[in-house]
Amino acid sequence: MADHSGMVEKRGFGLWMTHLGLIIGLLFVFFPIWLALVASTVTQADIMDPPMPLLPGEHFFENYRKALVSGINAPVAWMMVNSMIMALGIAFGKIVISLLSAFAIVYFRFPGRRTFFWLIFLTLMLPVEVRIVPTYEVVAGFGMLNSYSGLIFPLIASATATFLFRQFFMTVPDELAEAARVDGASPMQFFRDILLPMSRTNIAALFVILFIYGWNQYLWPLLITTDPSMNTIVMGIKQMFPSGDDFADWPVIMATSILAMIPPVIVVVGMQRLFIRGLVDSEK
Amino acid sequence: MEKRVTFKGLWLPLLLVLPQIVITAVFFFYPAGQAIWQSLFIPDPFGLSMKYVGLGNFEYLLGNPYYRASFVTTAVFSILVTVVSMGIALYLAVLADRLIKGSGVYRTLLIWPYAVAPAVAGVLWLFMFNTRVGVVSWYLGLLGYDWNHVLNGEEAMGLVVVASAWGRISYNFLFFLAGLQAIPKSVIEAAAIDGARFWTRFRTIVFPLLSPTTFFLLVVNIVYAFFETFGVIHTITSGGPQQSTTILVYKVYADGFVGQDLGSSAAQSVILLVIVGLLTIVQFKFIERRVHY
Repeated sequence: MADHSGMVEKRGFGLWMTHLGLIIGLLFVFFPIWLALVASTVTQADIMDPPMPLLPGEHFFENYRKALVSGINAPVAWMMVNSMIMALGIAFGKIVISLLSAFAIVYFRFPGRRTFFWLIFLTLMLPVEVRIVPTYEVVAGFGMLNSYSGLIFPLIASATATFLFRQFFMTVPDELAEAARVDGASPMQFFRDILLPMSRTNIAALFVILFIYGWNQYLWPLLITTDPSMNTIVMGIKQMFPSGDDFADWPVIMATSILAMIPPVIVVVGMQRLFIRGLVDSEK
Repeated sequence: MEKRVTFKGLWLPLLLVLPQIVITAVFFFYPAGQAIWQSLFIPDPFGLSMKYVGLGNFEYLLGNPYYRASFVTTAVFSILVTVVSMGIALYLAVLADRLIKGSGVYRTLLIWPYAVAPAVAGVLWLFMFNTRVGVVSWYLGLLGYDWNHVLNGEEAMGLVVVASAWGRISYNFLFFLAGLQAIPKSVIEAAAIDGARFWTRFRTIVFPLLSPTTFFLLVVNIVYAFFETFGVIHTITSGGPQQSTTILVYKVYADGFVGQDLGSSAAQSVILLVIVGLLTIVQFKFIERRVHY
């Protein structure tokens, strides 16, 4: 960090140019979102008569109410519930199974441990996008199309989190496990009373990343939720566009886009420190 | 690396790894195995049986002009997305790093678009460039430029590149800023005393010291462009016009689900699998040197 005023930081004119450059960058980043926000507060007629206004109109409540309550194929409020269940399910599910298996491979010697380790290592390599057709067939075979378990399970079948926790457990001092053993604590007591509290920050950071990952899924919900009432909001937006020559209902579509951004943005801004930590951790 | 102190037990650890084993076996290894298996067969016209064709699907794909075109499209798309988003992010990070006060504020303002899903980013950019109502396309029309990404393949490519790169600026900015702030100020000041101007300092000191971050981001962004941009492509162009924005992942979807050509789609999955594998190896080789596991 620039903790002292060195000679290379700019002052005066240079400082203003630096700010100007950053503000231009900010405008580029913000403009699409601003436009969506404006479009969600005006009428369809305003948009169909280009150029649309660049300042918000007075139809905020009307458009958002229409989106949330009736939507176009399904109420957006319902899609948000689906997205929330999916995102939380993925985050919790992945964290729980990963904590347990990382605990086992770090703190036990059991036959097949090495094999298991390499098997989960392989899963790091294959995003769901690559194996969609066969995964779809498996999920269909279980009758899990249009279900929350169908949305969640295939996306927690990877081992990134297991690696993260394994790495963290390796840094926990051996003395703690030794002391627990001397005191006659069972492995699960050690896990619950010592290891879990120590992993709190890692768990929270990973939770932030996984929540955003789950909320923003597109391809997978697109394939397996054919019933509009099971659509998630991120994939549901595209379904709101008419297929023929009809005009899209832009104010409602843009209101839905804004609604789709709100939960993950709150998580990123509200938990900025954890978010940055999670991002750096999960890319290691 | 091994723990010196471990617990005794056989059933407990097996029970602990069981959930992960079951889920990865059912939803990962079995489907991945199926993809490899299916890639060796073609279904008969009635979909009743499968005919073994060995590597026939692969030979067919590699000889297929559409598939080869999709390879080129993917390469062009990933390089453009990576260069555009990293370029803008580096520019903003260098500026933010020059500030004594306020770089934290800019960071807060710049990171949250990370939370915008690629598919939502696609809808936002589609709206701006919509041929009927888009604001940007309207003003372009005023300047005498007739924007139509629905018909013009190059404009379609430009639009999906910008929409994909836009969503990625936050991420790259964050890593570049952290990388820049890790460079000792004394080194840069020493160069300034020796009379090196900003651009010289950047080229000879800052950029080389930043190269681990840059290389890491290169790999991560290429992986992003390959796999996570499906939402952008699907919302904006659906791979068109005339397949000019059909990247490999989109083609797996289009052939497997829309075209119902399972053998070919599976073979494409396997080819992608090899590409991801190679990228992952590059990433790990590099990270081994940088971070100690």
